[in-house]
Amino acid sequence: MSIKSKSIETKKKISKDERLKRISRFRILLNRPELGALGGSILVFIFFGLVAGDTGMFSAYGMMNFLEVSANLGIIAIAAAMLMIGGEFDLSIGSMIGFAGICIAIPAIYWGWPLWMSIIFAFSMAVLVGYFNGILVVRTGLPSFIVTLAMLFILRGATLAITRLITGRTQVPGLRVLIENDPIAWIFAADTFKWLFTWLGSMGLIALRQDGTPLATGVPASVLWWIGLTILATWILMKTRYGNWIFASGGDKHGARNVGVPVDRVKIGLFIGTAVASTIFACVQVLDAGSADTMRGTLKELEAIAAAVVGGCLLTGGYGSAIGAAFGALIFGTVSMGIFYTDVDTDWFKVFLGGMMLIAVIFNNYIRRKVTENK
Amino acid sequence: MSNYLVEFNNISKFFGKVIALKDVTMKLKKGEIMCLLGDNGAGKSTLIKTLSGVHKPDEGEIIVEGKKTIFASPKDALDMGIATVYQDLALVSLMSVTRNFFMGREPQKGLPGLKTFDIDKANEIASERMGQIGIDVRDPSQAVGTMSGGERQCLAISRAIYFGAKVLILDEPTSALGVHQASVVLKYIVKAASQGLGVILITHNVHHAYPVGNRFTVLNRGKSLGTYSKKDISREKLLSMMAGGEELSKLEVELKEMDRISKI
Ligand SMILES: Nc1ncnc2c1ncn2[C@@H]1O[C@H](COP(=O)(O)OP(=O)(O)OP(=O)(O)O)[C@@H](O)[C@H]1O
Ligand SMILES: [Mg+2]
Repeated sequence: MSIKSKSIETKKKISKDERLKRISRFRILLNRPELGALGGSILVFIFFGLVAGDTGMFSAYGMMNFLEVSANLGIIAIAAAMLMIGGEFDLSIGSMIGFAGICIAIPAIYWGWPLWMSIIFAFSMAVLVGYFNGILVVRTGLPSFIVTLAMLFILRGATLAITRLITGRTQVPGLRVLIENDPIAWIFAADTFKWLFTWLGSMGLIALRQDGTPLATGVPASVLWWIGLTILATWILMKTRYGNWIFASGGDKHGARNVGVPVDRVKIGLFIGTAVASTIFACVQVLDAGSADTMRGTLKELEAIAAAVVGGCLLTGGYGSAIGAAFGALIFGTVSMGIFYTDVDTDWFKVFLGGMMLIAVIFNNYIRRKVTENK
Repeated sequence: MSNYLVEFNNISKFFGKVIALKDVTMKLKKGEIMCLLGDNGAGKSTLIKTLSGVHKPDEGEIIVEGKKTIFASPKDALDMGIATVYQDLALVSLMSVTRNFFMGREPQKGLPGLKTFDIDKANEIASERMGQIGIDVRDPSQAVGTMSGGERQCLAISRAIYFGAKVLILDEPTSALGVHQASVVLKYIVKAASQGLGVILITHNVHHAYPVGNRFTVLNRGKSLGTYSKKDISREKLLSMMAGGEELSKLEVELKEMDRISKI
């Protein structure tokens, strides 16, 4: 065919263009969705470095504190970001956290299940809830905002009602004793890199308690979850076919469907993702506190969405990044903890959160216009 | 064996009381550009949606390469090599050229069970294919939103061809384009046909259809006014058929035809 000769011609053209591409690397970087959150994180660290650099915020103990808060939020923010890229919202994240908490605690305390079994039970329930959310959204064609808002109330109400029915109260304590001998609880609860902290302590590099053990005992498991999930989500988004389908489903679901992307399946999968992430969050919290509380996770869905938006996700779908969401969570976590180390009244935190989100949305909107309209 | 790629025989389609198509017959050969002309509401979109598996015909039969076929879904039609480029093009403007090109059909590499999207190969193919139609994609990771309307149209067509289309259905590919871009797209369509594809080109614009079309089917209020080879009909005739004097011009053509036949 005549295509052969043509293709040689174009090969030449492409190799010539390779140089042009390199020059525009910087521009490509500018167009990355996570850029804003990355810059924001750097600014936040510079700010606290200047204002609270000598207060212990950046000691091992202080750092583990704000990293843990960031990590918890990050776990759900990453899943929320993937769902947002896929064009949907999940407002039931917070309620799912509460629900997953009692799914762990009640079987373990009241029914005598081993802890690992209740944890698996909680994850199974999460898959069901996520699947139900997803099916409802794709079958009815209703905005996920409404469907999951309903689920927010249903799940929270059910959590409260079931817990009170079975236990007569709204909290389920007493898990701590079960954690120690459980084969899988450490996945969510353990301090990691203890040896490192012990060594650092013995070298006198980090603060010690009276008894000689380091004040910061290790890296909380949630931090590793946060990093691991960021890597996994980024890999899925950038390097797999499923990732391409997520962008396509969120960018233009009709178009995607027309070329054979299984849009419904993709969306259902992402809803399962947010429910499972909520359950990871719940495991971390419940096993850390040793108790479940029916009100846990309240408003977390909004924080997760805020972190995803600060991380560069467009509210309209089809654009965003998991790394951005992870940094969005880092910003919120750092500020929410860091503010205690400054003279600023902590009441101002929410003001900051809202302001940050507004700036992010304006910035994202500008980027989107540039990406879609600029020639 | 039939020498037609696809045949539409006496297709009817009803939406409740609305008769969207009545007894429409249309045939498409290999390497041919068939233009489907008609006013708004004539049933053009309904006809191609029937051919692309979106609608099932209420009457009549669809024959693909000699075999009677019933499409259960658009995917069925796609699997048989009938690719439709809709007006919205099925492109996502926030996604890159490459990611759009391979949307839904990403090349993979790696071990079974842990396959990854082979983005390097995809980039290479996308730039090469776009290069073949004279569109220089400097950076295949650039967002489609930054491309011009004509370039997008070409991307959508080129994608359909790359994935093995034998029949290419184009819904109003030039309607949103200026003169220059429309001519780029039309040129590409001619090239595709010359490589052996059958093309069904839907348009309002006779000036776009006439230079490239081999045959013309005119639809009016759900009925076909007939299919004409280019040598049998002038641009003006087509124009007047579409513009409302259809019945009259049809009569005129028929009279002429009878005249010609009686002369032989
Ligand atoms: N899903 C449907 N339900 C009911 N009626 C329909 C449906 N789709 C099309 N119709 C009707 O069928 C007729 C033909 O419509 P169609 O969209 O095929 O026209 P068209 O030739 O593509 O027009 P245009 O040039 O405006 O795109 C119209 O009267 C339309 O209202
Ligand atoms: Mg139409």
